[in-house]
Amino acid sequence: MSAVVAILSRVGLWGRGVVVAIPYLWLLLFFLVPFLIVFGISFAESIIAQPPYSSLVDWLRDEDAGTSKLQILLNISNYFRLGGDDLYILAYLNSLKIAAVTTLFCLLIGYPMAYAIAKADPARRGPLMMLVILPFWTSFLIRIYAWIGILKGNGVISNLLEWTGLTSGPVEILYSDWAVYIGMTYCYLPFMVLPLYSTLEKMDPTLLEAAADLGSRPFKAFLSITLPLSLPGIIAGSLLVFIPAVGEFVTPELLGGPDTLMIGRVLWNEFFANRDWPVASAVAIALLLVLVVPIMIFQHVQGKQAEAGR
Amino acid sequence: MAGQPIRKPTRLEPWQDAGQTPYVRIDKVTKTFGDFVAVDEVSLSIYRNEFFALLGGSGSGKTTLLRMLAGFEQPTEGKIYIDGVDMAGIPPYERPVNMMFQSYALFPHMTVEQNVAFGLKQDNVPKAEIRDRVAEMLGMVQLSAFGKRRPHQLSGGQRQRVALARSLVKRPKLLLLDEPLGALDKKLRERTQFELVNIQEKLGVTFIVVTHDQEEAMTMSSRIAVMNHGVIAQVGTPTEIYEYPHNRFVAEFIGSINMFDGRVVETDGDQVLVASEEAGCDLLIAHATPAPVGSPVSVAIRPEKIALSKEPLPDGDGRNRTTGIVREIAYLGDVSIYLVQLPNGKTVRVTAPNVTRRTEMPITWEDEVTLSWRPFAGVVLTQ
Repeated sequence: MSAVVAILSRVGLWGRGVVVAIPYLWLLLFFLVPFLIVFGISFAESIIAQPPYSSLVDWLRDEDAGTSKLQILLNISNYFRLGGDDLYILAYLNSLKIAAVTTLFCLLIGYPMAYAIAKADPARRGPLMMLVILPFWTSFLIRIYAWIGILKGNGVISNLLEWTGLTSGPVEILYSDWAVYIGMTYCYLPFMVLPLYSTLEKMDPTLLEAAADLGSRPFKAFLSITLPLSLPGIIAGSLLVFIPAVGEFVTPELLGGPDTLMIGRVLWNEFFANRDWPVASAVAIALLLVLVVPIMIFQHVQGKQAEAGR
Repeated sequence: MAGQPIRKPTRLEPWQDAGQTPYVRIDKVTKTFGDFVAVDEVSLSIYRNEFFALLGGSGSGKTTLLRMLAGFEQPTEGKIYIDGVDMAGIPPYERPVNMMFQSYALFPHMTVEQNVAFGLKQDNVPKAEIRDRVAEMLGMVQLSAFGKRRPHQLSGGQRQRVALARSLVKRPKLLLLDEPLGALDKKLRERTQFELVNIQEKLGVTFIVVTHDQEEAMTMSSRIAVMNHGVIAQVGTPTEIYEYPHNRFVAEFIGSINMFDGRVVETDGDQVLVASEEAGCDLLIAHATPAPVGSPVSVAIRPEKIALSKEPLPDGDGRNRTTGIVREIAYLGDVSIYLVQLPNGKTVRVTAPNVTRRTEMPITWEDEVTLSWRPFAGVVLTQ
């Protein structure tokens, strides 16, 4: 009898193991292995060859002595170059700035949106959330191209300003940092609204009634009850926007000006214009390290939330 | 009914005194949600230091009435006065009222101390005074050792006491309690009933309690308003509600009761004689509400007011006595419940205390018994 149970539990464990193993295998193959390859390339030297980087490991044979040596060459100058050249540091800082501004704009626009949807009639919440997600049904590139039409001189905004008489000539917003902010805020807004909505919607409305009953005016009640209780949503949404925004490439490339320096662009240039794969890999690894910090914060907050049993 | 009033018999009865002005006056208040009438032209006067219960089933409008007092809902029609001030348009945060919520509504991100201090902070009370008053309140509800805990680290009974402390810390003149004991188990509920009454008497606060539990209402309150479908069915002291129900709803809602339909055949002062085929005898009721001869009435008799006997009673006038066969007996320890079937098929419920200790019951299944009661036992209900 107990043998049967033991076998069954083993089968059960095996079944569970398979379920867990598939995504792990997937991540191993398509995340960890490429990451290690890139990590390896970042210690190589750039050469004119195919592929354009030197091998790290060499098997040296000394014919005279009849011995062989395993030689591993780690070229750390790529990382020194990142620290030594202003371009990279500026690009990193600028990427962080643009991501931070985008996150702030998303929060300022997304919070009232999520709040309004969470407070709406339950029958209307579904359609309203649908509208938030609706832009995803159109290709990302098409939507960015649409913004070019809106932001360019003689574009929709420019013509509107001219028509109302606020400006005398065409206004060129395109190809500036502001165009990048607008485009990126637009792109990432749903990632802010979704987690905010889910925390705000779960909030017990009687808490606000209790606050009002104890003498708190609505705005003060918002600050002392709603805002702190929606903090997990704010953090989740901010990280969902901030992390991909730092490495964003397409939007600044299409909407930004020539001086809109972002790390994604630098990376692209190193890879495809300079064909300096080792430096490009070092840039990518450094970017990853910059992003690991906010990801760790995210994990920590989520862990704390799970601990609080909510 | 197991509930014994906790209150001392020497309580005030301000509603008897015409010179008293009510602290809370609800004047023909109606509340509708779309087509649904939640509260229908309710008028009530509640006096200072009362422990007033709004008793009713779900959907009776009791909670809506309480929420209108707190200011979370506005009456569709009618007025609410608290301490003589018309409450129309006054938001909850400006009312001299605090509420204890059914779900307790404790702020999960604050400690027990911060929860209790919240109301005082809104009034910009000095820090030192906040500290003292919070400590005093936590002492009163015996939670001094739990000040630094968060609500989710407390048991249900402790949360209930935090909610009570939070709602009392601002020293409101009127405290609204929405099913305050609803989430507690039976033992804890009984103990907390006493605590609530003690606190209410000590602080001299007017309590308005919403409850669906008749026993809770009977034990704690000075007066009860029984609500049904948005209307007040009866207002009175627990004794009045139990012994002199005004209508069928109140009679049947509170405790259990036997109803006999009949017709008035004779009245003499406040004595009424009712002929009832259902009861199988004539019913004589003393101190009855007057009803015209010939009108259809119901006579309500509580199970504990009927006597059971196996031996035939000495001959009388045949009033207030009928015979039947015992069909069911439920032994509850202190009392036994007998279900007696009359010849016409009607079942009468009788409870009798088990006054002596015995293993064999004197009255048992399928015995033929005589049921009898005194003229003061019954109540005449005209509706």
